[in-house]
Amino acid sequence: MALKMVKGSIDRMFDKNLQDLVRGIRNHKEDEAKYISQCIDEIKQELKQDNIAVKANAVCKLTYLQMLGYDISWAAFNIIEVMSASKFTFKVSSLCNYNCTSQAVSLLYLTNDLSSPNQYDTGVALTGLSCFVTPDLARDLANDIMTLMSHTKPYIRKKAVLIMYKVFLKYPESLRPAFPRLKEKLEDPDPGVQSAAVNVICELARRNPKNYLSLAPLFFKLMTSSTNNWVLIKIIKLFGALTPLEPRLGKKLIEPLTNLIHRYVCKCCFLHLGVVKVLISLSSGMPNHSASIQLCVQKLRILIEDSDQNLKYLGLLAMSKILKTHPKSVQSHKDLILQCLDDKDESIRLRALDLLYGMVSKKNLMEIVKKLMIHVDKAEGTTYRDELLTKIIDICSQSNYQYITNFEWYISILVELTRLEGTRHGHLIAAQMLDVAIRVKAIRKFAVSQMAMLLDNAHLIASNTQRNGICEVLYAAAWICGEFSEHLEEANQTLEAMLRPKVTTLPGHIQAVYVQNMVKLYASILQQKEQSGEKEAAQEITQLMIERLPQFVQSADLEVQERASCILQLIKYIQKLQIKEVPVAEEVIALFAGELNPVAPKAQKKVPVPEGLDLDAWINEPPSDSESEDEKPKTIFHDEEQRHSRHRQPEIDEEELARRREARKQEQANNPFYIKSSPSPQKRYQDTPGVEHIPVVQIDLSVPLKVPGMPMSDQYVKLEEERRHKQKLEKDKKKKKQKKEKRGKHHRHNSLHTESEEDIAPAHHVDIITEEMPENALPSDEDDKDPNDPYKALDIDLDKPLADSEKLPVQRHRNVETQKSPDSEAPLVEKKSKKPKKKEKKHKEKEREKGKKKEKEKKVVEEEEEKQVILQGLHYFRDCCYGPYLFLCCLLLGNRNLQNDSQVTVSVIFENKSTSFLKSMELNVLDSLNTKMLRPEGSSVHDGIPVPFQLPPGISNEAQFVFTLQSIVMAQKLKGTLSFIVKNDEGSTHEKLDFKLHFSCASYLITTPCYSDAFAKLLESGDLHMSSIKIDGISISFQHLLAKICFHHHFSVVERVDSCASMYSRSIQGHHVCLLVKKGENSVSIDGKCNDSTLLSNLLDEMKETLSKC
Amino acid sequence: MINAILVFNNHGKPRLVRFYQHLAEEVQQQIVREVFHLVLKRDDHICNFLECGSLFGGSDYKLIYRHYATLYFVFCVDSSESELGILDLIQVFVETLDKCFENVCELDLIFHMDKVHHILQEMVIGGMVLETNMNEIVAQVEAQSKLEKAEGGLSAAPSRAVSAVKNINLPEIPRNINIGDINIKVPNLSQFM
Repeated sequence: MALKMVKGSIDRMFDKNLQDLVRGIRNHKEDEAKYISQCIDEIKQELKQDNIAVKANAVCKLTYLQMLGYDISWAAFNIIEVMSASKFTFKVSSLCNYNCTSQAVSLLYLTNDLSSPNQYDTGVALTGLSCFVTPDLARDLANDIMTLMSHTKPYIRKKAVLIMYKVFLKYPESLRPAFPRLKEKLEDPDPGVQSAAVNVICELARRNPKNYLSLAPLFFKLMTSSTNNWVLIKIIKLFGALTPLEPRLGKKLIEPLTNLIHRYVCKCCFLHLGVVKVLISLSSGMPNHSASIQLCVQKLRILIEDSDQNLKYLGLLAMSKILKTHPKSVQSHKDLILQCLDDKDESIRLRALDLLYGMVSKKNLMEIVKKLMIHVDKAEGTTYRDELLTKIIDICSQSNYQYITNFEWYISILVELTRLEGTRHGHLIAAQMLDVAIRVKAIRKFAVSQMAMLLDNAHLIASNTQRNGICEVLYAAAWICGEFSEHLEEANQTLEAMLRPKVTTLPGHIQAVYVQNMVKLYASILQQKEQSGEKEAAQEITQLMIERLPQFVQSADLEVQERASCILQLIKYIQKLQIKEVPVAEEVIALFAGELNPVAPKAQKKVPVPEGLDLDAWINEPPSDSESEDEKPKTIFHDEEQRHSRHRQPEIDEEELARRREARKQEQANNPFYIKSSPSPQKRYQDTPGVEHIPVVQIDLSVPLKVPGMPMSDQYVKLEEERRHKQKLEKDKKKKKQKKEKRGKHHRHNSLHTESEEDIAPAHHVDIITEEMPENALPSDEDDKDPNDPYKALDIDLDKPLADSEKLPVQRHRNVETQKSPDSEAPLVEKKSKKPKKKEKKHKEKEREKGKKKEKEKKVVEEEEEKQVILQGLHYFRDCCYGPYLFLCCLLLGNRNLQNDSQVTVSVIFENKSTSFLKSMELNVLDSLNTKMLRPEGSSVHDGIPVPFQLPPGISNEAQFVFTLQSIVMAQKLKGTLSFIVKNDEGSTHEKLDFKLHFSCASYLITTPCYSDAFAKLLESGDLHMSSIKIDGISISFQHLLAKICFHHHFSVVERVDSCASMYSRSIQGHHVCLLVKKGENSVSIDGKCNDSTLLSNLLDEMKETLSKC
Repeated sequence: MINAILVFNNHGKPRLVRFYQHLAEEVQQQIVREVFHLVLKRDDHICNFLECGSLFGGSDYKLIYRHYATLYFVFCVDSSESELGILDLIQVFVETLDKCFENVCELDLIFHMDKVHHILQEMVIGGMVLETNMNEIVAQVEAQSKLEKAEGGLSAAPSRAVSAVKNINLPEIPRNINIGDINIKVPNLSQFM
């Protein structure tokens, strides 16, 4: 033994510490990985040592390795072990290791530390907790942490306050009970605690500001008194969130904030910014503060023009906040923002882009986009360019293309964007093209011409495989050309472009669209030719298709192959008909009749569930498992039967068919998902409102319909300007006329609004079709809310008074009833009530929950009852606990036969209630100062004691463990763990079951009979301490009461006179306990005498608890 | 809330990595690498704020960094933190390190990583700012290191072992000890005598 220790010590001399490890890694630059794996092996050895200092050192090294990216989760247990060390140094070293401990922490160690007298121990425990708090830990520790919030040391207070936020997140129920104290902390004398409280409340209020409005006066006071910049910023941010909710607050705040600005603006722009932000939200509540907004924006402008890049950035950020509420006041600084786009700093450019998004109007959209297009050309680095591209599209498409006056311009912008090299956002452009072409009917003709050109120049776009992203636009181009082929001027040419061999190099999904749409094109060409009587041309085009389609039939992509071969057959058939000179065009075109309407992205979700429809109900009852197994051998016959019925099908008579058809139609009519066929497109136009006033497009003839080569959006800008100028002139003329008519009346009014946005008429009257929604769609706005948002749970009304039920749980044994999660993996710990009747009742409740466990549990209870008989004279108590595999039942046997009166034996019954084999069971208990488990010599306090047997399924067995006690005057609770290996068909897994051993004071008593004369002598001796209790509301009979005391507290009755009785018991350490029990009307009073006053008062307390339950 | 605090050198070697949410080691390393590449691209004279996209799983997050000599100090924060406040906090952190290590340099961070962690623990706890006053932080750190010294500290473990060896009479120990399954090869201990 001693030698072993020496060996350990000698070895440890040569252990590396952290510094050595770092040095070593630096010296082994070439074979670092090898060196580290060697070190990890060493660390593993070190962790196996008994010496806690060595372990701490090892854990410290692990922290470093984790930073380098090595997985150290295997050491989680050791880290907790070090954390539980009594020395501060070791704890600290282990707590560096937050991340990996997060999964496997037991609160045993923490609770000890939280109540430690040393403030740094507590502090470290709190720090640790902040990183691995789980819902369970939060629930268990909420009360402790709340107590720590009023610790005498500010150091602890402020930590506890911050941790509370973490607890709230994990256990939202704690927010309401803890809130009053949190509020108190806002007025804490220590500024650190104050700032922590402000921190937490701001964090809470950020998510749900309306619940914190009542705190506004308090914060107001803090703001005017505090000198801590950090706190001021937080408070100002908080007010920023509160003011939109309560306009009166804004009025109150404006004055002190202006003061603050003056106080700080010169020396510290820092605060100024925060203040500005609030001013903004202030004024959003009050329209008459436009002057202060102007002031803000002016100040921001100064910031943005500052040479300090940080201020520039923050200025832009603040500007974007103003923009949300007061776009007009920001728009006047457009020049500045555009200037920022040229900045060398990407962050600033991105901010500026964000601002542009909100600044566009009908008037300046073209100009802004033009500037952006220039930047797109100049930009280096694809990320920024991609960002620009998305921003352009965002800006243009925002609020349903609100700001676009000229869609031809927009289409040409999109086409220009396709020239971008290497962008990832091809699909975005494609989506925009499709969207515009589908929804803006007036633009289709132009769009089709542009798309045809794109298809013509496909080789430019698809030439480089690296530019794959952009070839997505061909998808859109092909679809638009096919779908709206009636607008195509040179359909033949486009068809040929689509049939080029080069197309086969495109991605599969694009080819598929090509194939589908070339048929649409073909159909419309065919119709055209047939109508004009050019039969040969029609046959030529068919021939072309038949020649070129096989290249798609050979495609590797299944979709392309399928469509191509299908269509090839169709066209071959058409050719046959053509040779017979049958007109086919009408029928071919009928393939693609009807119009596709845009459907809103969330339409499907918004379809209301019809009344009486239960979506969760089974349509057909699922076949039970046993049934399907039984029927398996019969399947051969089944198949045959089915075949028979299939043969029979055509024999169903016409009437039946008609009936079924009718029924189906009825069903379809009621089915919102079924797209009903419409008799003819013309009719549809009349039916649908909104489409009937489709504009007769008034296209300016000044706009060339076909732009040779790639289109130039700039032309549109010029044209637009001209057009606007013209419009303005016209308007001016009109105005003059008006003025002449109504002289002086609206004079001023008119001059103010010379160029408001409404004056700009769009180039064409464009009707943007809104996306289709199902009829009586549910008007719900909850689409965007994430149901998993952890902050949503914290949306709790804090002003309501606290209910009793909301009190924080104090740590104690948990009853199964309160834990309604039978499936949760955490082992349930239960302390059984010692009343037999109640126990029965409880079992019934449990049975409902856990049907299967019922029998086994009962068995154990019965066993216990048997044991009671056997163990008469000994005393016992029961603590039961079970996990998914095991049922543990602990009986305490205070064995008086042992010479050593400070030992007790605990008998534990293990019952395997699973179907697996349990082995290698090891029971370990966390010793307390007073009570220790007796372990075999040589093992440390952290070693468990192996259970000397294995458990086959359904078997129970008993093992005994000896504990040594120093004092028995107090009740003890020990926490323990049973680790075991579960072995079943799927392999073996390591499992753990936590349990608690409860040594109540009564369990140390031995029922000892005593004669009345000896009893009298004892009382006379005078060396006994005395104490008494009185319990009200006792309704049971005296007889029953005495029985209870005898049963639960191991007393024996010495003498009984009427409603008065004397009782006696002796502890295992020889304390005499005498009781005088007197029963009144509805109450009972118990006077006790004992050698030890603590023991007596504890015993009486326990008695009070049992009896008050009656 | 602060989501992560990263310190790495000009070559991207991590010197301090602290995440306030649980992430696997590989993910952490990946983030460190990506943040390094984002930060490295930037000149010294442009702003200290950087949007990091979806690196941390939300668009709300922002990188705020400072570059000191060979080290980058990067804080990843969400929108509830004030940008300039965090810049100030980085400054406080570095100054505190400077005070605790006396002219801090990269090597101090490498060899005394545990101490750096302790200092950080006094400033930021669970992603929330605990203390911004440098004097207060230094006082707490010093009080705790005193406590550690009183306990002998981590480094004391080997020296205690040495004294344990000194206490036994070395010359009487044979070169090799063989008792049952314990086999001790006694190293040359003359240097301790």
